[in-house]
Amino acid sequence: MGMTMTEKILAFHAGIDETKPGQLIDARCDMVLANDITAPIAIREFYKIGRERVWNGERIALVPDHFTPNKDIKSAEQAKIVREFAKKFEIKNYFEVGEMGIEHALLPEKGLVLPGDLVIGADSHTCTYGALGAFSTGVGSTDLACAMASGTAWFKVPESILLELSGKLPRYSSGKDVILKIIGDIGVDGARYMTMEFTGDGIASLSMDSRFTIANMAIEAGAKNGIFPVDDSTLSYVEESMKSGLREDEQKIYEKDPDAYYSREIRYDLGTIESQVAFPHLPENTKGISEVGDIKIDQVVIGSCTNGRMEDLKIAAEILRGRKVKKGVRLLIFPATQKILLDAMREGLIEVFIEAGGAVSTPTCGPCLGGHMGVLAEGEKAVATTNRNFVGRMGHKESEVYLASPAVAAASAVLGKISSPEELAL
Amino acid sequence: MNDNNNLFFEGVAHRYGDNIDTDVIIPARYLNTSDPNELALHCMEDIDKEFSRKKREGDLIVAGENFGCGSSREHAPIAIKASGISCVIAASFARIFYRNAINIGLPILECPEANADVEDGDRLAVDLEKGTIQNRSKKTDYKAQPFPEFMKEIIRAGGLINSMKKKLEGK
Repeated sequence: MGMTMTEKILAFHAGIDETKPGQLIDARCDMVLANDITAPIAIREFYKIGRERVWNGERIALVPDHFTPNKDIKSAEQAKIVREFAKKFEIKNYFEVGEMGIEHALLPEKGLVLPGDLVIGADSHTCTYGALGAFSTGVGSTDLACAMASGTAWFKVPESILLELSGKLPRYSSGKDVILKIIGDIGVDGARYMTMEFTGDGIASLSMDSRFTIANMAIEAGAKNGIFPVDDSTLSYVEESMKSGLREDEQKIYEKDPDAYYSREIRYDLGTIESQVAFPHLPENTKGISEVGDIKIDQVVIGSCTNGRMEDLKIAAEILRGRKVKKGVRLLIFPATQKILLDAMREGLIEVFIEAGGAVSTPTCGPCLGGHMGVLAEGEKAVATTNRNFVGRMGHKESEVYLASPAVAAASAVLGKISSPEELAL
Repeated sequence: MNDNNNLFFEGVAHRYGDNIDTDVIIPARYLNTSDPNELALHCMEDIDKEFSRKKREGDLIVAGENFGCGSSREHAPIAIKASGISCVIAASFARIFYRNAINIGLPILECPEANADVEDGDRLAVDLEKGTIQNRSKKTDYKAQPFPEFMKEIIRAGGLINSMKKKLEGK
């Protein structure tokens, strides 16, 4: 029996010839990651193991991105624990505020994740790196502590679902609409414990930024990981990112075997996917933009590990250029990394946002999880390009989050209600 | 707090539905600390304001599908464990939560039958080793999915850290 991409990557890292779904393996990690929320517990557990050294100071990434720049004294203390640990154990890839970005945008950008890698991170959206043809998955702090000590982690080899994409997306649709559509169809536990492997000739038309968005939200269908094949777009992205010199090893390109086993196969014609909106309080509550109705909003958030990349800012700026945010609506924009912020500034996008009446922030996960920099009050509604719309996710338990693409978010900011860019008659 | 050497639990069931996510188990606004007792004060508060007051040491949580979906925050099983909850029974668990619960030594059982039958306030007795759940209020028994041997070893070692310690010391 042939193997899927994920089975091949797991087999290689476990040092065995083949793996099958359900098999329990111990595998070597290429990179392990934690942030200012999850690292303090991982560090506490790491000390309990009693090791004097970490497994490899070059293969641990610590990114204080959630409650930073420190939102309060307690958060500052948490960030300090991470900073001091990084110093003590010579963690090379610790990114301080100023060079820090949202972890899942930052690691690929810095060339810290390569095709064929096995990566674990104490953050559920670690699955983002599947866009590069890597196996990457979220774990808890204790798993991360053990990986910092040993460089290994245990896995149950997941079953795989194959998602075949054909065609090309309509004008205002992007990766966000693809993944919201899929989650709407299969549900928030539709891929529970499983891999979502993407295939098909439609992938070539998807930008790397859109692929990151799609892989990022695989967890929102309960998946262990999402993974894309490696093509020319992947290779040129990696060529650019590796200029950082932070990783020098060779990348490995895996392809699924023609007779690999998939427990389910689903096909999508990208051309039929209109803009999607996920209603409160689950990402599976999706509707096409044409069926949304009249929903007035108080806040719009554009950013996050899901949609804070250059493609996202460009489409938002295209829609906001020469327009004004509706009076009474707050538009918050969070470029995901310092590089993205700088590029957006040089291309004049930041000017567009500010002239439209938007507030632009330094990179942070803040508002996505109701941490800081955009918390909602009772009864308020927000359109967000983030990934979760659970009860209380962005603030008060009686507030509501509608998930959408940057294009829909930008149009909604102008019209003050959830809207398609087409309603602006561009 | 239960140290998990005892694999038999008895207590009252607190009922919840499907897709109980980690944001409602412990809202992110409290993640500026990792102190278990502080986290326990806010456990479940966005869907059940009374939880931290009404639960008693040894009580159980019984829920539906996909319990613990969402964020990887280990603060979620830590908050539940520090609340004195002896065991979480759900029709199914989200994978990171499942892993985290085992790693920190919070007993969990998958049992769709219990989810279909147990009512809020029922008195339950759980035998983790056998995977059996007795509903003393309704005088019925349920059979849960047994743990794979590999995970039983982590549980027996008292969590992943102890099992890793043994492994690294052995090298």
